[in-house]
Amino acid sequence: MMDVCGVDSAEGLFAHLPEAARLRRPLDLPVGISEYEIVDYFRRRAAENANGYASFLGAGAYNHFRPVLVDAVASRGEFLTSYTPYQAEISQGTLTAIFEFQTMICQLTGMDVANASMYDGSTAVPEAVMMAARLTGKGRALIAKSVHPEYRETLRTYAKNQGMLVEEFGYAPEAGTIDLDDLDRRMDGATAAVVVQSPNFFGIVDQVKAAGEIAHRRGALLILIFTEAVSLGILDPPAEPDIVAGELQSFAISPSYGGPFAGIIATREKYMRQMPGRLVGQTTDSRGNRAFCLTLSTREQHIRRERATSNICTNQALIALMATVFMTVYGKQGLRELAVQNLAKAHYLAARLKPRFSAHFFNEFVVRLEGRSPEQANKLLLKKKIIGGLPLAGFYPELSDCMLLCATEMSRCADMDALSEVLS
Amino acid sequence: MISKVRTHPSQNEALLFERSSPGKKAYQLPDLDVPPVDPSDALGAGNVRAEIPDFPEVSEVEAIRHFTRLSTWNYAIDHGMYPLGSCTMKYNPRVNELVARTEGLAWAHPYQPQALAQGCMEIMARLERTLAEISGMDAVTLQPAAGAHGELTGILLIRALLEKRGDPRKKILVPDSAHGTNPATAAIAGYAVENIRSNGAGLLDVGALERSVTADVAALMVTNPNTLGVFEENIARAAEILHAKGALLYMDGANMNALVGIARPGDFGVDALHLNLHKTFSTPHGGGGPGAGPVAVKKALEPFLPVPRLKRSGKQWAWDYKRKRSIGRVRAFYGSFGVLVRALAYILAHGGPGLRNATVDAVLNANYIRKRLEPYYDLPYPSPSMHEVVFSDARQEPNGVRTGDIAKRLIDYGFHPYTVSFPMIVHGALMIEPTETEGTAELDAFIDAMISIAKEVETDPHFVKGAPYTTRTSRVDEVAAARKPVLRWKPR
Repeated sequence: MMDVCGVDSAEGLFAHLPEAARLRRPLDLPVGISEYEIVDYFRRRAAENANGYASFLGAGAYNHFRPVLVDAVASRGEFLTSYTPYQAEISQGTLTAIFEFQTMICQLTGMDVANASMYDGSTAVPEAVMMAARLTGKGRALIAKSVHPEYRETLRTYAKNQGMLVEEFGYAPEAGTIDLDDLDRRMDGATAAVVVQSPNFFGIVDQVKAAGEIAHRRGALLILIFTEAVSLGILDPPAEPDIVAGELQSFAISPSYGGPFAGIIATREKYMRQMPGRLVGQTTDSRGNRAFCLTLSTREQHIRRERATSNICTNQALIALMATVFMTVYGKQGLRELAVQNLAKAHYLAARLKPRFSAHFFNEFVVRLEGRSPEQANKLLLKKKIIGGLPLAGFYPELSDCMLLCATEMSRCADMDALSEVLS
Repeated sequence: MISKVRTHPSQNEALLFERSSPGKKAYQLPDLDVPPVDPSDALGAGNVRAEIPDFPEVSEVEAIRHFTRLSTWNYAIDHGMYPLGSCTMKYNPRVNELVARTEGLAWAHPYQPQALAQGCMEIMARLERTLAEISGMDAVTLQPAAGAHGELTGILLIRALLEKRGDPRKKILVPDSAHGTNPATAAIAGYAVENIRSNGAGLLDVGALERSVTADVAALMVTNPNTLGVFEENIARAAEILHAKGALLYMDGANMNALVGIARPGDFGVDALHLNLHKTFSTPHGGGGPGAGPVAVKKALEPFLPVPRLKRSGKQWAWDYKRKRSIGRVRAFYGSFGVLVRALAYILAHGGPGLRNATVDAVLNANYIRKRLEPYYDLPYPSPSMHEVVFSDARQEPNGVRTGDIAKRLIDYGFHPYTVSFPMIVHGALMIEPTETEGTAELDAFIDAMISIAKEVETDPHFVKGAPYTTRTSRVDEVAAARKPVLRWKPR
């Protein structure tokens, strides 16, 4: 091969590089290791993490049983090692699965159109807000304090550079739902979007309808966020949102120390052309067969460049596929039963404790502790090999005596009993 | 003639919604070990949904057959080469898949006590150090979820530094050969985009750059090697020009597969760059992601990195949130950890010498293809190729055949097409990157296919224009798909 290339040695391939740019020493990295040693390296790292603990953490990353089929399908080389489906003739597998995914997200959220995925729920928020800004021509967003704190931080990072004003409105201190009076006071005609989460960060089913009315009255769009996809199996999708953005981790993948996850944006048909991200559409081939392809690409970076709706290119296709398999295995009845089991477990646990807020909740709730701090309680729980809830002091100083607990279908009665013993 | 593929029946399969039957199920949940609750009581009657309309109801065997049949309609790296330029479609090692699923890693919750997450943090710290060494930079963030996300992070870091100096400036310079994400990113970061034309050799025009770098320019975004696969010989000079005017140099690291172990961006003047773990570092494309886009920076930009940062606290790792000058978060949690695990596994497998060898093989493979296809396809720029080569369809165009047609005919020969019509500075581009994964058997099969197609263009151009012939679908009507978008299934 070197003969064909006309070089004597590998060095000949790089001879044309400026000498000053060349690295003239080996990389300061160890030599390669065998497959066994690689497996062992990661096994040892895993042993340095929590193993065999019962966990009551939620807060945007949830523990759910994953049907075996999810990995069986996602591990197929034809899905795992395939490229973005730009060449439709040899990508009908991926394209068909994405079309089904888009459909199922619409069915779950009650929206008309959904894209093929965003990076995660947190980045879907600024993308949705920027979409609302483009649609309304306005430059301000109002976001509830009860939206996941790290989602709000992510929005701020993006908004700063778009000249987008972001203001927060509070939550009702007893109920835990959004403070509608606060929202109403802050609302104005220059607001592009009102952003609420339901179930919110506290696990509470929020006042989406009322938020929508306030938003629409003043010409803003309503953006609804979700972090716990399992809630879609039982919660009635509100009619008010113009854009729904959320996190599908619960349907796809274990918490994985925070990623890779998959976000979603879904919206009304009239807003379709302002959506970011990839879209798969149905069409035909020259023989009249139904076929699928990427479409409305003029929104995207590879066509529109600086005028694109987003800079997103690679998204989370495989994670979305995993979510599609999950949704298929559970199906119409299963997603409901799964959600109802989550409700039962969380409400069993809550009955033994005193929820801090009075409004309805799904599978997460806030508890106020007396006598000891959340951090102290968690230390005791660790001795029982239980990871307790998230102490809220870091995110909500006014709730520094509280923790956020999550119970799912994976939570065992005995562990919930042990937890409530320590916390009460 | 075509020896790599033969047709074989592939199963038809309807959509899930068309296969569904009321009452079919594929799931099993354990019985509740707590009392059941009435959803209306727990959530409020108005909040409980009716059933999910038209949602799939299939059995387990129907589910596995559905997705298996769909999978057989795809091409994948596991089938054969992807000659896609700048995509670096190398083999996705299976050991990466195994280690990412190690229970203590896969089930780690991002908020679990830090003392019980030391394994995850060590993995991330090691990857940060390793990527810093490979890129010749001082600090790395693993937060960004993809290349474009990394680009945005990098430009925001530059903005933050310039703001601290008193003026964030207004413009970002982008070569006309750049990937579309570059100008899109600059716009989202709040900058105006100014295009810089490449010179006659398809490279950065130093004179044009000198004229363009004013006090309004924050940075130049450059890809090196560029999208022609050619090393930007004047990149160090470009860095000097920018730095002299207080501007910075951002490098799009999509083409790092040509540089690992050979040249380091930090050594030729780059201030910030992103890496694509799903390209250079073998993590699987999965049909369109997930990827990861770590950003590596010089010391001056380190204070602005996204929060939190890993820091050493005694004998342990800890997350440091006290970063006053940070640009903030670019996403929740810490990064696409599962992707980071896969990239580290790849790096451990290769080691320093192995990573360098991979680069050598990648560049050798691309040059082999270039030499053998030069007699048949027009090479618009004579500059030496690194890991990818760009031809044009100039010799085929007189017969009415364009790069897109050749690409479609290549499918009949058993290959995924190369990158069509990009970069835009080449009229009718064919952009080919084999990666180091391919041995001579696969390379020769690809070369023979391309030569055969070149001959078909001479003897029967009309036939080439109707390709592909042997796929499940012929060319699809993309125009109709966009004109009347149907983006979901609906019942009749």
